[in-house]
Amino acid sequence: MLDFITRIFNRESTASKNIAKERLRLVLVHDRASVSPQLLQTLKEDLIRVISNYMVIDEEALEVNLENSENQVALIANIPIKSMKRNVNAV
Amino acid sequence: MGEVIVVTSGKGGVGKTTTTANLGTGLAQLGYKVALVDADIGLRNLDVVLGLENRIVYDITDVTGGHCRLRQALIKDKRYEGLFLLPAAQTKDKTAVSPDQMKALCEDLSQEFDYVIIDCPAGIEQGFRNAIAGAHRAIVVTTPEVSAVRDADRIIGLLEAAELRDPKLIINRVRHKMVAAGDMMSIDDIIDILAVDLLGVVPEDEMVIITTNRGEAVIQDDRSRSGMAFRNIVRRITGEQVPLLPLEEGGLFSKLRRLMGFK
Repeated sequence: MLDFITRIFNRESTASKNIAKERLRLVLVHDRASVSPQLLQTLKEDLIRVISNYMVIDEEALEVNLENSENQVALIANIPIKSMKRNVNAV
Repeated sequence: MGEVIVVTSGKGGVGKTTTTANLGTGLAQLGYKVALVDADIGLRNLDVVLGLENRIVYDITDVTGGHCRLRQALIKDKRYEGLFLLPAAQTKDKTAVSPDQMKALCEDLSQEFDYVIIDCPAGIEQGFRNAIAGAHRAIVVTTPEVSAVRDADRIIGLLEAAELRDPKLIINRVRHKMVAAGDMMSIDDIIDILAVDLLGVVPEDEMVIITTNRGEAVIQDDRSRSGMAFRNIVRRITGEQVPLLPLEEGGLFSKLRRLMGFK
């Protein structure tokens, strides 16, 4: 009986097709966006250029990645700020 | 003017050639005039699947190269009035035909035939570009596996980029028992991911191997489940509305039993 109950409750999460579907979903996000390392690199450079107008950032430590959380894929950027530019408001 | 349909998949081994042979045979059974074109130059296969391998004299490169007339290269299937094969070359490579030549060839064939079905090679290189060059619409074949669905997605993107919009999907080699047990992606899972229209679902069936051994198409077998699935797909291609085959063998009761641990 215990076996029966665990089967019912575990079915959805452990069924191998769900693993397949989840892996597919993730890999297709990369495929469809054709996110090559090169594209991420250009994106990074663009981000640095724009953000540098407003603040001084640590370019070496900047990280940009596609990450998979719960039910969606997100573009996560971690941009350490060294200091703010004083004359931002004047720009 | 006839319709030119390319059967493609990206990944190899998912059943493109078998599908092409069955759709062609099925359409000919309904009385249409059908030309099957093997675009897999260098890896000719459609001829053996159809059992026509001993009758090849000229091939597709002889036609595009002007060494023979189109009519001379077309092999007539003696079993079906109206079914013809244009075989691929076996000794040349994919660069032997250009997309423009392929376009012209499809144009010529569609003057004379109701349906021209092109068996596309695996991959996304020139063989693929040639095969889709003259097509009016596309059928994408996949199986319920991560690699095959991924490649299908890529192919759908490339087809759309080549202005071949709204491709139709055939999901091949589905094992309903594994789907019911949650160990194979279901039709809904795959459609959900690929977001294209479904043309049909073909169950895994040993009869495909047996009929192919003999050089026949499984659609000729009245009792096989895969043959029935292909017959439905053929009718859908001609514009008929045909409901999907019932997917679960045994239905709810056997599903319940399996769930409760009785085999």
